[in-house]
Amino acid sequence: MTWLDQIITMLEWPLMQRALLAALLVGAAAPVVGTFLVQRRLALMGDGIGHVALTGVALGWLVGNWANLAQHDTLAVPGAVVAAIVGSVVIELVRERGRTSGDLALAIMFYGGIAGGVLLIKVAGGTNANLMAYLFGSISTVSGGDLWWTAALAVVVLGAGVGLRTALFSVSYDEEFARGSGLPVRFLNMLIATVAALTVTIAMRVVGLLLVSALMIVPVAIAQVFARSFGRTMALASAIGVAVSVVGLSVTYWQDYPPGATIVVLAILVYAIAVTLRPLIHRPTPHRDPHPDVPDDVLLATSARD
Amino acid sequence: MSAAQPTPAAPAPADGPAVLEAEGLGVALGGQQILSGIDFTVRPGEVVALLGANGSGKSTLVRALLGIVPTDAGTVRLFGRPLGNGVPWNRVGYVPQRLPAATGVPANALEVVTSGLLTGRRLRPPRDARDRARAALEQVGLADKARRPVHELSGGQQQRVLIARALVRDPDLLVLDEPTSGIDIPTQQTFVDTVQRLHADGATILVILHELGPFTPLIQRALVLRHGRLVHDGAPPHARDEHAEPGHQHTHPHADPEPPGAGPTITIEVTP
Repeated sequence: MTWLDQIITMLEWPLMQRALLAALLVGAAAPVVGTFLVQRRLALMGDGIGHVALTGVALGWLVGNWANLAQHDTLAVPGAVVAAIVGSVVIELVRERGRTSGDLALAIMFYGGIAGGVLLIKVAGGTNANLMAYLFGSISTVSGGDLWWTAALAVVVLGAGVGLRTALFSVSYDEEFARGSGLPVRFLNMLIATVAALTVTIAMRVVGLLLVSALMIVPVAIAQVFARSFGRTMALASAIGVAVSVVGLSVTYWQDYPPGATIVVLAILVYAIAVTLRPLIHRPTPHRDPHPDVPDDVLLATSARD
Repeated sequence: MSAAQPTPAAPAPADGPAVLEAEGLGVALGGQQILSGIDFTVRPGEVVALLGANGSGKSTLVRALLGIVPTDAGTVRLFGRPLGNGVPWNRVGYVPQRLPAATGVPANALEVVTSGLLTGRRLRPPRDARDRARAALEQVGLADKARRPVHELSGGQQQRVLIARALVRDPDLLVLDEPTSGIDIPTQQTFVDTVQRLHADGATILVILHELGPFTPLIQRALVLRHGRLVHDGAPPHARDEHAEPGHQHTHPHADPEPPGAGPTITIEVTP
C-alpha cells in the first residue's frame, strides 16, 4: 500500500474524519485568540482558564449524578464552559485592578481550579482516571454531537477574533488610547476573556486542558519569528495551528502516540526549527547608515580652550 | 518657519459652545488626591498650553478630561456632552506621551494608525481605512515607513506614528501630551508646523508642554498647574527679554552651585 493509499484509508474512517475536522477547527481558532493574549502579555491566561475549567468538568459530573442522568459526563462540557467563562472574567477583573496582588490572586485561582476538580470528581463518585480524558485530551472519542458543538464555538471564536480584530487590537495594544477614544474597553476586554474561555473548552477535547494554552500560544511564537505585522502574525499563526494539529493527529493514526502531546511537541519542534533558521531566512538589510540625515542640532565645541 | 516669527493669520478664538469644560474637577488615584478644584473652559479655535512641573498633575488632568482615569469630583464636558457615550469621540484626537512597551506581537505603523479610526461605538474600521491611514502617515512624513514594525522605529518616528493615529480621524480637538519631549529640534519643528496647519483649519488644541519652546508663537493661552491645582489661567508666560533675543547664548551667567563636599570625589580632567 503506498502512502497515498494509506492517507485515503485514514480519511475514509469516520472516527478519523471527525477527529481531523475538530483538530482543523481548533487549530485555526486557538492561535487567533492566542495572538491577542500574547499581545496583552497574558500568554498563560489559557493555562489558568484550563485549570479552572477542570473544576467545571467535575461540577458537571456532580450535577449529572444528582440529576440521575444516564451518562455521568453529559454535563461535563457545559460545566467546563461555565467555569471557564466565570474564571476568565474573574482573571480579567483582577487584571483590570492591576497591581501586584493580581499575580497572587491568579496563582491561587489556578491551583484552586485543579484541587477543586480532583476533589469534586471524588465527591461525584468518579476517580481521577475520569479526569484524564479532559486533562490530556481524548480526540478519538469525539462524537458527531461534539463535533457540532466544536464547530459552532469555533465559528463564534473566529467570528469575534477576526471580525472585531481592529477593535480588539486597539484595546490590547494601547488600552489607555482606546479608553480615550470612547471605545467600550471593558466590553472588549470581557469579549477577549470570554472568547479565550470558549477556545479552552473546545480545545479541551483535542489537546487536553493542561496543553490547551500551548495550542493558543506556540503557533503565535512561531509566527512572530517571521511576521512583521499584527495581521500577518495572526494569519500565519492560524495556518501553523491548523498544520500542526492536522499533521500531529495524522501521526497518531500510524503510531500509538497520545494526540494532544504529539501536536504540542510538533509545534514546539517547528518553533525550534524556525528560530534556528531565522538568520538564514531574514536577509541582512543592505548596509547603509541607519541614522536619518538631519541637520545637527548640537553644536560641537571644536576649540574649547583657545 | 523659525520659532521667533509671529503666528501668521491664526484664526482668533471664536465664541460659541465650549469645546472642553472642566468644573470643580478632582481626581484621586491610589488614595492620593492628584487634582482638585480644576475649573476651566476651552473655546473653539483656541491653542492652550498646559504647563507645570513634573508631578504637578498635567498628564493626569488630560487623562481625566478624556475619561481615561476616573474623576472623583466635578464634571467634564466635551463638545457640550458629559463624558460617556454621548461624546462625539471621532472629533477628539489624543496623542499620548509615548508608545506602550513592545509585546511579543509586532504591529506595523499602518495598523497602529488604523486603530485610531475606531471611536465610540464604531468597532470596525470604515471601508477607506487603509487610504486614510496612509494619508495620515504621509502628513507626518512617514509614508515610506507604513509597513515597518513600530518598535523598530526611532523615538521621534514613534511619536509621529502616535500623532498620525490622532490625525487619522480629522479631530476638531487635538490633545497632545508633551509631543516634543525627547525629540530633536528639526522634528519638533515639523510637529509645530503640523499643529499650526490643524489650527489654521479651525482645530482646537490643548497641549502639555514642559517649556513653550518652538510652540511659543502658537500658544494663545496657558494653564499652569502646581500641586494639583490650577494656579494660572491666562496669557502664556514670556521668557525674560534678553533670552528671547536672536543670537542669545543660553549659557548661565552665574556660577554652578558648589558640589556637596562630603564623600569621596573623583576628578576627571578632560582635554580637548
